[in-house]
Amino acid sequence: MAAVEIRDLHKHFEGHRAVDGVDLSVEDGEFVVLLGPSGCGKTTLLRTIAGLEEPTSGEIRLGGRVLSRDVPPRARKIAMMFQSYALYPHRTVFGNIAFPLKALHTPRDEIEEKVRWAVRMFDIERYLDRYPRHLSGGERQRVALCRAVVREPQAFLLDEPLSNLDAKQRTTARDELKRFQEDVGITTVYVTHDQVEAMGLGDRIAVMNAGKVHQFGTPAEVYEHPADIFVATFIGLPPMNLLESIEALAPAGMLVGFRPEHFLPRSAFGEDEDVTTFRYHVRRVEYLGSERYLYGSLDAHEDPEKPIIARLPAMLRLEVEADRTHEFAVHSGQLRYFDEESGQRRDPPGAARGRADA
Amino acid sequence: MSRYRLMRYARRVGVYVAALGFVTFAAFPFYWMALTTFKQNKDLYVSATNLKHVPWIFNAAPTLAHLKLLFTQTAYPQWLLNTLLVVVAVVLITVVVAVPAGYSLARLAGSWGEGMGIGIFLTYLIPPTLLFIPFSRLVAILGLQDSLWSLVVVYPTFTIPFCTWLVMGFFRSVPWDLEEQAMIDGYSRLGVFFRVVLRFAVPGILTVVVFTFTLVMQEFIYALTFISSVDKMTVSLGVPVALVRGDVYHWGALMGAALITSIPMAIVYNLFMDRFVEGLTLGAVKG
Ligand SMILES: Nc1ncnc2c1ncn2[C@@H]1O[C@H](COP(=O)(O)OP(=O)(O)OP(=O)(O)O)[C@@H](O)[C@H]1O
Ligand SMILES: [Mg+2]
Repeated sequence: MAAVEIRDLHKHFEGHRAVDGVDLSVEDGEFVVLLGPSGCGKTTLLRTIAGLEEPTSGEIRLGGRVLSRDVPPRARKIAMMFQSYALYPHRTVFGNIAFPLKALHTPRDEIEEKVRWAVRMFDIERYLDRYPRHLSGGERQRVALCRAVVREPQAFLLDEPLSNLDAKQRTTARDELKRFQEDVGITTVYVTHDQVEAMGLGDRIAVMNAGKVHQFGTPAEVYEHPADIFVATFIGLPPMNLLESIEALAPAGMLVGFRPEHFLPRSAFGEDEDVTTFRYHVRRVEYLGSERYLYGSLDAHEDPEKPIIARLPAMLRLEVEADRTHEFAVHSGQLRYFDEESGQRRDPPGAARGRADA
Repeated sequence: MSRYRLMRYARRVGVYVAALGFVTFAAFPFYWMALTTFKQNKDLYVSATNLKHVPWIFNAAPTLAHLKLLFTQTAYPQWLLNTLLVVVAVVLITVVVAVPAGYSLARLAGSWGEGMGIGIFLTYLIPPTLLFIPFSRLVAILGLQDSLWSLVVVYPTFTIPFCTWLVMGFFRSVPWDLEEQAMIDGYSRLGVFFRVVLRFAVPGILTVVVFTFTLVMQEFIYALTFISSVDKMTVSLGVPVALVRGDVYHWGALMGAALITSIPMAIVYNLFMDRFVEGLTLGAVKG
C-alpha cells in the first residue's frame, strides 16, 4: 500500500502527446478514477505508472520512492488489469489466477486458498478448470480481475475492468469491487470512460482530455463546480447547457452554463426565490418514464445545432407543450460562468467583491 | 431440399476424389521404393521390348536379397548412426541458437528486427556450391577433415539463418500484452520467456526441428567435400557412393536404404503434424 505521486509527467509517441504534463497525487488507500474520452491517454498514463512505458519526462513516486526507468514492472509490486484482459491461453482459470502468486513463491496451500477466495468474490468458482478460450468476454474479465486482486500489491491499476459486463453484472461487480477495495485499503487507479461508474466508485475523479488532467476532485466537486468547459460538458447526462454571453447575466467574453436538471418551469420555484428567468421555446418533448427531456432554445440564443435541454423529473407534473414558449428559470446560485477564450471557470460577476471581503 | 442434399453429396465425392488423387501422388514413391526393395533382380531388370511385363506388381516371389546386401556388404548401419549423430547435434545447436535469436529479433530489436531478420535469411540463400571451397579451408584449419564434427560445425551455417527467420514469425504472433502482463505479475524477462512465450513457440520449435532434420538429411555437397572414409559417411552420401558402382545401379539396395531411412521420418513427421495443426491457441484477448 502506497501513495502514488505523479509530477509533470509527459509521454510522447513520435511527437504525439499521449500524456501531456499530468500532475496527480493519489493518497494511500484512495480510489481514484481516471475519466475521459477514448484516446485521451488514460491507458498510457496507467502503463507509465506500471513501468511498461518509459516516461518522456516527469516523475512518478510510489510510496515516496521515485520509480526511475531502472525499476522494472515486477519490482514496482503493482497489480494491473489490462483492457484486453491478457489471460494466458495455455493456463486454466486457476493457473491464470495463481500465476502472480507463483512468482512470489507462495506455498501451494496458500495459493489454493487465495485463488478460491478471489473466485468466490467474483462468482466464477465453477470455471476454475476451464481455459480462457472457453469463457465469455464477461467471464474472462472477471478472471483478469481475480488475477489482479489475489496478491497484495502496492497499488491496483485497473483499465476499464467492467466494460464487458452486462448492466446487471456491472452494478454487482462495481459494488463488490468498491467493498473489496475499502476492505483491503489498497490504493487504486481505475480507468473508465463511463461517468456513472466514475461517479459511483471514485473517492476522487481525474477528468482527462488530450493527455491533460482538466480537473481532479471529488465526484461532487467535479459535477457541481466543473473547472472548465470541457469538464462541464463531458460530465452529466445530458451535458451542461452553455449560453453565449447574455448581456444581463455576464460581461462579454463569458459563457453562462447550467445543468438541465436545474432548468425548470418558473412555477416550480417559489415567488421570492433568487432565480434567473428565461423565455424557453420548447421544440420537442422526450418522455423517458422517470423523467422528461425538453429540447428547445432561448429567445436570446438560437442555435438549432446545440439545443438547450431541460430535464424534468417525473415528480414535476406540470404540463409542458412542444412548439410553445414557456417561462423557465434557474436558481441563480446554479449558474456557472466560464471564460469564453480559455474555457476556465470564472467567479460569478459581482461575487468577486464578496469573495475579496471574506 | 433434395437438390441441396444432392449437391452436398456431389461436393463430398469431389472432396474425396481430390484427396485420393493427392494421396496417390504422395504415396506412390513409397510404394515404388517398397516394391523395388523386395523384387528379385530378374523382375527388376526386364528388356524394354517385353511389353507383357507389368512393372507395378510382383511378377516373381519377393526377396530379401537386396536388404541382405545393404546390411552385410555396405556400412549402412554405421551411416544411419552417423546421420543420427549429426542430426541430433545440429538440431540441438540450431534450436539453442535460433530460438533466442528469433525472439530477440521479433521483440527487442524494434524496427531493426525486420531488416536484420531478412538479412539473416538471405545468407541462407547462398548456395553450398559456392561456399564449400572456403569452408573446406576452414575445416582444414580446424583440423576436422574426414570427421563427422566438420558437418556438425558447418551445417548450422544454413540451418540457423533459416530457422531464426522461421521462429521470428512465431514469436511475432505472441500477444505483446501477455508478456507485459507476466512482467506485471512479477516475472523477469527471462522468466516471461520461459513461462509464457515458449508455450506459444512450441509449434515453431517443432517446425525448426523438422526443417533442420530435413535440411541435414538431404545435404550432400558438404558431406561429399569433407568426408572421405566410408565408415564416416552419412546416409545421403554413403548410399550413392557405395551402391552406384560405375554405371551399375543396385536399385534394390538403393531403394531399401531410402525406404528404411524415410519410414521413421514419416512417422515422426506425422506425430508432430498434430502439434502443428493444433497451432496457436487463441482466446487470450477480448473475444
Ligand atoms: N505505442 C503507441 N504508439 C503511438 N501512439 C500511441 C501508442 N499508444 C497509444 N498511442 C496514442 O496515444 C493516445 C492515447 O492512447 P491511450 O491508449 O492511452 O487512450 P485511452 O484513453 O486509454 O483510450 P481508450 O478509452 O480508447 O482506451 C492515442 O491517441 C493513441 O493513438
Ligand atoms: Mg485505454
